[in-house]
Amino acid sequence: MAKLDAKIPEGPIKDKWTNHKNNINVVNPANKRLIDVIVVGTGLAGGSAAASLAELGYNVKSFCFQDSPRRAHSIAAQGGINAAKNYQNDGDSTYRLFYDTVKGGDYRSREANVYRLAEVSTNIIDQCVAQGVPFAREYGGLLDNRSFGGVLVSRTFYAKGQTGQQLLLGAYSAMSRQIGKGKIKMFNRHEMMDLVIVGGKARGIISRNLITGEIARHSAHAVVIASGGYGNVFFLSTNAMGSNTSAAWKIHKKGAFFANPCYTQIHPTCIPRSGEYQSKLTLMSESLRNDGRIWVPKNMKDVEAIRAGSMKPVEIKAEDRDYYLERRYPAFGNLVPRDVASRAAKERCDAGYGVNATGEAVYLDFASAIMRYGKEKAIIIHEPNASEARIQELGKKVIEDKYGNLFQMYEKITNDNPYETPMQIYPAVHYTMGGVWVDYNLMTTIPGCYAAGEANFSDHGANRLGASALMQGLADGYFVLPYTIGDYLANDIRTGEVSTSSAEFDEAEQVVKERLNFFINNKGTKSVDHFHKRLGKVMWDKVGMSRNTQGLKEAADEIRVIKEEFWKDVMVPGELNELNQELEKAGRVADFLELGELFAKDALDRNESCGGHFREESVEPDGEQKGEAKRDDVNFKYAAAWEWKGDPKDAELHKEELTFNDIELKQRSYK
Amino acid sequence: MTENGMNLTLKVWRQKSDKDKGQIETYQVKDISEHMSFLEMMDTMNEQLITAGKEPVAFDHDCREGICGSCSLFINGEAHGPDRGVTTCQLHMRKFKDGDTIYIEPWRSKAFPVIKDLVVDRTGFDRIMNAGGFISVNTSGNTQDANSIPIPKDDADHAFDAATCIGCGACVATCKNASAMLFVSAKVSQLALLPQGKIEAKDRVLNMVGQMDAEGFGSCTNTGACEVECPKGISLDNIARMNREFMSASITSDK
Repeated sequence: MAKLDAKIPEGPIKDKWTNHKNNINVVNPANKRLIDVIVVGTGLAGGSAAASLAELGYNVKSFCFQDSPRRAHSIAAQGGINAAKNYQNDGDSTYRLFYDTVKGGDYRSREANVYRLAEVSTNIIDQCVAQGVPFAREYGGLLDNRSFGGVLVSRTFYAKGQTGQQLLLGAYSAMSRQIGKGKIKMFNRHEMMDLVIVGGKARGIISRNLITGEIARHSAHAVVIASGGYGNVFFLSTNAMGSNTSAAWKIHKKGAFFANPCYTQIHPTCIPRSGEYQSKLTLMSESLRNDGRIWVPKNMKDVEAIRAGSMKPVEIKAEDRDYYLERRYPAFGNLVPRDVASRAAKERCDAGYGVNATGEAVYLDFASAIMRYGKEKAIIIHEPNASEARIQELGKKVIEDKYGNLFQMYEKITNDNPYETPMQIYPAVHYTMGGVWVDYNLMTTIPGCYAAGEANFSDHGANRLGASALMQGLADGYFVLPYTIGDYLANDIRTGEVSTSSAEFDEAEQVVKERLNFFINNKGTKSVDHFHKRLGKVMWDKVGMSRNTQGLKEAADEIRVIKEEFWKDVMVPGELNELNQELEKAGRVADFLELGELFAKDALDRNESCGGHFREESVEPDGEQKGEAKRDDVNFKYAAAWEWKGDPKDAELHKEELTFNDIELKQRSYK
Repeated sequence: MTENGMNLTLKVWRQKSDKDKGQIETYQVKDISEHMSFLEMMDTMNEQLITAGKEPVAFDHDCREGICGSCSLFINGEAHGPDRGVTTCQLHMRKFKDGDTIYIEPWRSKAFPVIKDLVVDRTGFDRIMNAGGFISVNTSGNTQDANSIPIPKDDADHAFDAATCIGCGACVATCKNASAMLFVSAKVSQLALLPQGKIEAKDRVLNMVGQMDAEGFGSCTNTGACEVECPKGISLDNIARMNREFMSASITSDK
């Protein structure tokens, strides 16, 4: 395993990061002016990295495919951001946040990275407040917190249901300041087409101007990939339409190992699909599970009546409802972690109890909460004899104060009023824990090429806890990468400007142009979306929430068939040198088709159930936990890092053994 | 209406590039479900065009949940269409009926030139932000503790309300003067309301307004259409606050 050195610093876990910062090389300010860094992606990780690197004095070139860096998909995060501030005096600490994150990830993340994440989490909040991020506050003027799934303390900072937006606009404003100063050169509506390696080191990228189609060469001393996750391999997900894996996949094909692609988070509470035309799925925040009860009818005749429209959910009596999470997991009930809640919904729907036309929906019901809050409120306002109608009215007002914007969003999409009838929800792909393998310094297996945020693999193991993605993106960009990249660049102060007139740049540009030409000239008969939808269906049916050997093998075969047809028959209208959205999609789907196959291969290889990865062959055989996910620490306590060998089926596995010195491995139980 | 949904006539602005003249083209779409989002209806139209060997209509969109600010359609003469408090991607077809003719155009403003079809160039907004839409604080692990400066909840809430602007440009598109005052004032207000932003408040408002004018956005004549069409309900109060900030900065600034 000589190829995989995680470069974890020596010493006790609480001193590793401090010692490391003290010992690594630093580039002096005069030399930083001579060094160029490319950052691909302007979400929380890329935006914060670009701003911080420019502040330090490096010349930064920043790329995004959107029309403005402010639109990266981090903007859509709703719930909040974790930080071990312990403002609530409820016993939170760096260690506790570290512990919760490792446990939540089902013991498949790297201890040292997670500890550092917990350590810098408090700096993030300080930094964001200093930038003018308007977090929620209490009447005393101090910051408010709320609690999230899977933890026992209140450590989540938030800005109503728009925390991601506010944090991203903070990073964007820091970027704007550097763009105004000329320290960041911003390339909006540009897509990275390939990485250029010179002398074994990442030395630049090839980009395409999405408006003019111009192909350009950009050189640098280091390249940072912060291009997000690959959830859109499923076609339908809560990701943005443009979210793609191409930057990450391009560096993978140039030598960066890709780790744990099978770790995908399927979020339990999304608005179900309504038809074949569906283009994306919308999340309903996890916070709703604090007050909503999840159920399906107990009797098949009620299911059929509901689907036929002859019965309404509110007409089903309490004893005829199956509150399956409360039944199966009495200790945690409706607040089990995301992976467990998602699988339980699938189990009921597979058994035929889904409550909409597609059979893929369960109820999230607020009626009990409305009555409970209404009664409490009636006492507070001295109306002990309030009628049931009055109690309902009071209760609805309380629910509106807590979740008003989410209820409004639900009603706009579905035309159902969730105050009067239960919401319909179903799990959907939301986040990918897997990604480009990086060492402790966030460097990939290509020297000088880094990966940050959702694009890398390191911090969330096999399952991410709520409100931790924002924390990781900003930790990587503001507080980790700006230090660690200096250690590498310190050896580059004499290099001078990297030339773009080399054989390596020539070749990379040539390959990019050939592929674009191919798409335009192929003139097949089927649209890009046709193939993307087929890929998504295979992924969802066979590599989705529940996986088995046969299905995974079939999936790999079916994806290969789709891939073959795609290259034969894809049709990309329009021209090369203009805004051509179909051409953009074609390149992205081509990469998803390869990633999808590696995904299935990784899922097949990992014959254990852990976090979001559930293998039907690996369940608890008996006892109280019968049928629950069974992790296998003897055989699978490693990160699976795949090396590209020309085809996904030939990818070579490298294992990074995970060692747990500070946390004892246990089974996660929610019974 | 057929049993499969609505039949609609679409009048869509087509324009090859910023150098070409554009024109309205007519397309028919069939079997549109009332549960579709407006952009899914556009997807259906485009799939139809591609299958017929024609070039699909270009339009900006990304998150499709009303927060990224990419989508930008002028639908039947209204920014983001007939519904209120939503972006185009959140608009659903149940707001239309069978047989309707729908006009779909790009944002219209000198400062937002058309790139292609329904896609416009909104980088003027970015340049206004680069001129001063920030607080000058470097990344550092040593900024003071986040709770060391308490902020009155009302101020924090008002700052948040202003900060929810998604930068879509509906305010500009809908304004008869193509003014960007609502957008600029939202950022000026957010930062002016917070103690961290007060230090640079004078320079910020002067620089941002200066850039706004340089971009060619029009003046504000208090029509209030921007507030009505804003998908995020950004209040006109922000414009009043910016005017106060600007006036005071113009009189008292040394620059």
